[in-house]
Amino acid sequence: MTFSDLPGFVDQSEAYGERTVTIEAARIRDACEFARDELGFQVLSDLVATDYLNWGAKGVSGYIATSTGRDINFPMTQGMQTLPALKPTRFSVSYHLLAMRQPPERVRFKVWLEEGDSVPSVVSVWPTADWHEREQFDLMGIRFDGHPNLKRLIMDDDWEGHPLRKDYPQGGEPVRFSDAE
Amino acid sequence: MTVAPTRTRAAWPIVADGQYEGSRIPSPIPTVKTVPADFAERDDIMRVNFGPNHPSTHGVLRLIVDLDGEMVEGIEAIIGYLHTGFEKTMESKTWWKCVTYPERIDYVGYQNNELVFVLAVEKLLELEVPEKATWMRMLLCELNRIHSHLIYLGTSALELGAVSMFWYCFREREMILDLYEMVTGQRMHTRYFQIGGLAEDIPEGFYPECRKFVEWFPHALNDYLTLLDRNAIWLERTKGVGVLSASDAIALGQSGPNLRASGVDWDLRREQPYLAYNRVDFQVPVYTNGDVYDRYRVRMDEMRESNRIVDQCLRRLERMEGRPIIVDDRKVVLPPREELHTSMESLIHHFKIVTEGFRVPEGEVYVTIESPRGEQGCYVVSEGGPKPWRVHFRAPSFVALEATATCLHETLVADLIAIVGSLDAVMGDTDR
Repeated sequence: MTFSDLPGFVDQSEAYGERTVTIEAARIRDACEFARDELGFQVLSDLVATDYLNWGAKGVSGYIATSTGRDINFPMTQGMQTLPALKPTRFSVSYHLLAMRQPPERVRFKVWLEEGDSVPSVVSVWPTADWHEREQFDLMGIRFDGHPNLKRLIMDDDWEGHPLRKDYPQGGEPVRFSDAE
Repeated sequence: MTVAPTRTRAAWPIVADGQYEGSRIPSPIPTVKTVPADFAERDDIMRVNFGPNHPSTHGVLRLIVDLDGEMVEGIEAIIGYLHTGFEKTMESKTWWKCVTYPERIDYVGYQNNELVFVLAVEKLLELEVPEKATWMRMLLCELNRIHSHLIYLGTSALELGAVSMFWYCFREREMILDLYEMVTGQRMHTRYFQIGGLAEDIPEGFYPECRKFVEWFPHALNDYLTLLDRNAIWLERTKGVGVLSASDAIALGQSGPNLRASGVDWDLRREQPYLAYNRVDFQVPVYTNGDVYDRYRVRMDEMRESNRIVDQCLRRLERMEGRPIIVDDRKVVLPPREELHTSMESLIHHFKIVTEGFRVPEGEVYVTIESPRGEQGCYVVSEGGPKPWRVHFRAPSFVALEATATCLHETLVADLIAIVGSLDAVMGDTDR
């Protein structure tokens, strides 16, 4: 049994000694169940979503800077030395799995999502995914289909927006005074 | 009792399972325990709000508890009261400045949190850290583990009425903080680990002071054992309370002392050695009952082992006088202060690192270490620029609190305090 037998397998790669397996978003639940039962990855160590909005938009430093790149009045707005590899969609969700054996094995399952897409919940595979998925729903706005209790975990229930998205501004949060109805 | 790890392929790392029949993870929501259907109609079920400002919640944990007299029939944990947006803030700071944030996330296991972030950035940069820095990191992380377990022990004993334990634990904690102050200038949140090594050299006189502590600490541990381990009330309140079976613990992603108390022989320091843990001698305590008492025993034994590791680190470090403490890579590491007056090149490097920050190659890594609370993970994505694109922490406290509902089985409301205390969650870590 190898990773290429996983349901919904797309491709796999290795970087910095870590294996990343891309899975079709619709089949991530099946893939996780397969990994747990057939490949021995008993533990879901972590589940994290990333927003790649404007990834690489800073451009390259030097003469080939883009319009949003270098601004000499503000340090740290210099572009990068090389353009990063572009990402297929805006969001990714990474599942960090651990196999408790000797030596231990870790793998990252990755699904790619567009804004508004949803991904099957893995709570039925690992109960620990409950809060992890709620946290990513709350802070990143990823919907997990089939989650039994998908509501905000960290922010208030009536909070607007998803703070960890790249288009969510930092700071400047209006303070709600009780007399300012 | 400690069990010699059975190394049979099929069972390991589970040393003992079946603390109870089947699984107690609530269904369908694994973290919410609801009142049984035949109970729900009764009007003597009382819904009580516990926290967020309750001294025994170790911060700002809120629990909504359904009580049938003294019995806890339903529970839902609500977190987020200490959310500070560290992950978002770190996206707007340079890598160099980010190091201060992780240690404020888990403010009790601060040194380990700092370590996991620094290790993640070093993995992206592919830096080879000098040996002296590695051993010093290990020493400080083990002191921090003792510090964290002392806070656990002091506060959870305090909650169960053993007030004197609190003062004894804080006596030794104070010694550890004094050692930290001596090395780093800070008692907590030290920012002593720099990307590439250590921020400052180890001060003169640290080794003898640290050795005094190492020699004293086993006596202190014996004091604690005398106070607690033959204390009838403590035993009554902890034995058989809040049981978590090995398979439930694994399904709920538990790690660290909570997992080892449930009979799973798993410690990342031994299985997946980082720093120089493969070059020191230590035991991994494993207990099998999965109750509050066993969680306490695991932490007690771990403190003894950590003290042994500190001792071994000291022996190594004492022979490393004058060796480098940080990598010699001017693109990443600040040049020595005295060079700034004479070398233009150093001044430029210093200026560039402080204003613009250094660039970290594009990529993503997930690094895990064994923090005092369990598997502490750090997921870092870099765009190739001077700031991280995304930082995420796998918080062991967050995961530990998910097990609260499972641990409650025919539990009295007073035991709820013992159980929440024994899971040893730090709310800063949970909410981030």
